[in-house]
Amino acid sequence: MTMRGWPFIKLLPQKTNFQFVKYARAAGVLSVVLCLAAIVGCFYPGLNMGIDFRGGASMEVAKPAGQVIELDRVREAVNTLSLGDVQVQGIARRDSNANDGSTAIVRFQVPEGRNQTQVVQQVEGAISGAVGEVTYSGVSVVGSKVSGELFTSGLLALGVAIGLMFLYIWFRFEPQFGFGAVIGLLHDVILTFGLIVVMRLEFSLNMVAAILTVIGYSMNDTVVVFDRLRENLRKYKTMPLRDVIDLSLNETLSRTIITGVTAVMVLAALAVFGGEALFGFSIALMFGIIIGTYSSIYVGAPIILLWGVKRGALVEDAKPVKLGMASRP
Amino acid sequence: MIQLSRWKVTLVVLSLIVGVLLAFPNLLSPQQRASLPGWLPKNALNLGLDLQGGSYLLLEVDVPAMRQARVANLVEDVRVTLREAGIGVNQLQREEGGVVATIANAGQYDAAFQALRTLGGATGPSGEVERAATRLSDNRIRFGYTDTALNGMGTTAVDQSIEVVRRRIDSLGTREPSITRQGADRIVVQAPGESDPTQLERVIGQTAQLTFQMVDVENSVNDAVAGRVPPDSQLLTDEQGTPYLVKRRILVSGENLTRAGVGADQSGRPAIDFRFDGTGARRFGEATAQNIGRPFAIILDGKVISAPTIQSAITGGTGQITGQFSIEEASTLVNLLNGGALPAPLNVEERRVVTAELGADAVAAGGLSTAIGFAIIVVFMILAYGFLFGGVSVLGLILNGILIVAAMSLTQATLTLPGIAGLILTFAVAVDANVLIYERMRDEARAGRSVIASMDAGFNKAMGTIIDANLTTLVAAAIMFVFGAGPVRGFAWTLTIGVFTSVFSSVLVAQVLLAYWLKTAKPKKLPIAE
Repeated sequence: MTMRGWPFIKLLPQKTNFQFVKYARAAGVLSVVLCLAAIVGCFYPGLNMGIDFRGGASMEVAKPAGQVIELDRVREAVNTLSLGDVQVQGIARRDSNANDGSTAIVRFQVPEGRNQTQVVQQVEGAISGAVGEVTYSGVSVVGSKVSGELFTSGLLALGVAIGLMFLYIWFRFEPQFGFGAVIGLLHDVILTFGLIVVMRLEFSLNMVAAILTVIGYSMNDTVVVFDRLRENLRKYKTMPLRDVIDLSLNETLSRTIITGVTAVMVLAALAVFGGEALFGFSIALMFGIIIGTYSSIYVGAPIILLWGVKRGALVEDAKPVKLGMASRP
Repeated sequence: MIQLSRWKVTLVVLSLIVGVLLAFPNLLSPQQRASLPGWLPKNALNLGLDLQGGSYLLLEVDVPAMRQARVANLVEDVRVTLREAGIGVNQLQREEGGVVATIANAGQYDAAFQALRTLGGATGPSGEVERAATRLSDNRIRFGYTDTALNGMGTTAVDQSIEVVRRRIDSLGTREPSITRQGADRIVVQAPGESDPTQLERVIGQTAQLTFQMVDVENSVNDAVAGRVPPDSQLLTDEQGTPYLVKRRILVSGENLTRAGVGADQSGRPAIDFRFDGTGARRFGEATAQNIGRPFAIILDGKVISAPTIQSAITGGTGQITGQFSIEEASTLVNLLNGGALPAPLNVEERRVVTAELGADAVAAGGLSTAIGFAIIVVFMILAYGFLFGGVSVLGLILNGILIVAAMSLTQATLTLPGIAGLILTFAVAVDANVLIYERMRDEARAGRSVIASMDAGFNKAMGTIIDANLTTLVAAAIMFVFGAGPVRGFAWTLTIGVFTSVFSSVLVAQVLLAYWLKTAKPKKLPIAE
């Protein structure tokens, strides 16, 4: 084998010397600004809540391929039932992934005190009356009581996830690492919410699962960096902290890039071929993974620099058994 | 660490065999699976409703409404009991869980208390007193449910409702429905393959509260329609909207029904034959004997079905409900009556329907994206690490895929559409363990170690990181499982299985294969190092 550069991994520079920490301040400012914007965005214009979280009904309406559903007439017809907020939106056909105007999604509210089943039947009648025979698939109705509970438990899940991650890192590493990791996580979650707002993605139960996965991935990434950082702190006892951080980030960079690229590529395939139902989900995941990678480099590690690490104590404690198997010399 | 130890080889081979065996039924059609010999595993992946189509209903048992109805019935019981005992009442005041009667004549106070105490003799399922009379000051007597009975009502109602819903769905012939309790007062019904939830809801939602009540002939229906309804009567209508004035007191209710069947009336039209239990037969016999020549109403869920005139005392405990039924209506009614009455109204809180076509489309989209995702990883890993190291992780990935399918089939965990996405992501992250190991090896080789030493160190040092990294994913998955509902849970479960199988297969397969390579090729240089 004399082929140079094969396998490809040899093309990546052997040793990188990026001075990540040098730009940490600028990155920090950027992150803070973006996070603030995302938080504001969550309230104004606000999240595009799916029926999981705000209650109501959604149904998919389709005509055979090639025929067009007149969205305006559907909208008018449903509006005459005075149900309040009605959304009618054309979507891509499931069998061809092409939006030829033959498929639409109709979302509406079921007013308090009215029978869900009856309202759905009325809407179906109204739509058939306006645009002729259509097929209905994927009808969902969520009562306002249930949607409220789903929303609370969804947010609770996100909160508990971040809390548990903090505890985990605290026990496995040091409190400073825990803070770094948690601020990194919050950063990723907030920015993912920002993306959901900007792209008008529907915030649904699936989206909560996506954000939880982003948390898992981002944590995964952070742990790999922290692991190396802890190891290097022991190895190079006198090296300035910022240099140890830079070194650790550089050493794990090729892994970070390879894993991140694989995940993003695969999610891109999911976004393109997974159909309407998984589109928003995979976009959010993809974005979250990119942000998660960025944050483990630019948020998690620099925060440790900000707080500092009790290196003396750490060196004293550096007995393999006490700090887990990663610290085996 | 990196040596071809026998137990590791055995473990890899064994997991491959077991994995293939457990995953294999997924390639067969349901008929082929059924004809497999008994010792072979038969379970295929358990597809969620979003993938196979079907209906999901979240029902809430309306316990407050049931309590109200029970108390309303109590008021009538007290009114009639006191009247029959010839005791005058000034006021009957309904309150939480009971009624307070103010006795007009102080001399009759003891007699009234006695009468009500006898009325309260009914005991609950475990034999305790459910209803009791209490003496209050100022000639008042409180008659009501005990606190225990009132609190137990909700739990019992949900249990009974689940039972009733199950019987009714079974009579529809829907395949493998799942009916589970959720929280204190909710029932989840999942019916795979059932994409007409309207029928399902109609059958489930009907309370099927059948009662026999006397028609009020002393007062005029027209007066009642005009708003002057006597206190012990109520105004009901039938299907056609014809008003009936009916006494509030229930003579016999559906609880005393033992069997109903479709029959025919004298003119051969469909009717419903029914039979009462002992108590029902006695009460029905007494009531009909006392009221010959007067009409009584047969009422189902607040609608009058028919109001025949009593010709003679019906003492045998059997009877017939005639009305204008079609055969279908009659058999639906019979099913409802035989399934029993719901103790409380059920409200549909959430309803999700996926048609079978939509489910098939989702499976196709999920399958396609899994295949493409898989291919991307394979190509990428081989490009990045070459045929040997890249190939090793691809083989690990394939074992991982088999093991995931095997574990999901074995545990019958529900695979949902987001679950497929979780699977794809698991594949993407599964190679992370290999990347971590390989990158460590390159580090060590660069530091000047020998091939064996750097490979050894690669596995050793990366292991801690791999475990830390995967434990965090596991924590996230556990949270999703605890707090999540429906699709999120499926996703969490897939993720959990994926974490275990991917750590197992990517680390172990790589160790065994690379150790084998080390032994046979005796390399001088690490192929992935410069």
